[in-house]
Amino acid sequence: MSECKVVDARNTFCPGPLMELIRHMKKASVGDMFELLSTDDGSSNDVPEWVHKAKHEMVSSEKVAGVWHIRVRKAR
Amino acid sequence: MANKIHIVCVSGTREKLQMAAMIASVAAATGDQVSVFLSMNALPYFVKGNGAKAPAEGELGALLEQKGVPPFKHLFQQAAELGDAKLLPCSMALDLMKITKDDLDPELGPATGLTRFLSDAEGGQILTF
Repeated sequence: MSECKVVDARNTFCPGPLMELIRHMKKASVGDMFELLSTDDGSSNDVPEWVHKAKHEMVSSEKVAGVWHIRVRKAR
Repeated sequence: MANKIHIVCVSGTREKLQMAAMIASVAAATGDQVSVFLSMNALPYFVKGNGAKAPAEGELGALLEQKGVPPFKHLFQQAAELGDAKLLPCSMALDLMKITKDDLDPELGPATGLTRFLSDAEGGQILTF
């Protein structure tokens, strides 16, 4: 499995976490995995929506101690 | 085919600029074709070296000051860099301010007249802030 890059966007507000993730994913290679950390609850809906629209792959999404951990794989 | 979104920024208040920038950045990063026409009181914020803060209209505008909210200019830059959004200064506003495109931030596109903007926007949606 390829490495998982952590994008720490805690304590930023919409659309900060999503834009941070997109910025990192744009520079990455197909197959790379990312874990976005966000304290913005909106991210839990917005990020999967973008992942679906941009045709990437959702791996998992869970809230641990107030922080969303959203794992995404770059698919194209 | 990519969705086309045309945004017109007229107001110089923080809430409106923020909302326009949020829509532009998210839409552009999602693959929509975005163009933003900047005129009236919205344009001066894009003059090189202008660090002026946009005044808040109300309660939410004041809350936008808090840490962690991406500033609207940063979001517009991301829209241009990550999603190829076009940020188009209104040629009439440039004339009124007696400045040219060279006096504006580098992410801004060519001076654009209303006729050109409207013909590009034909058949698409226009959101005005």
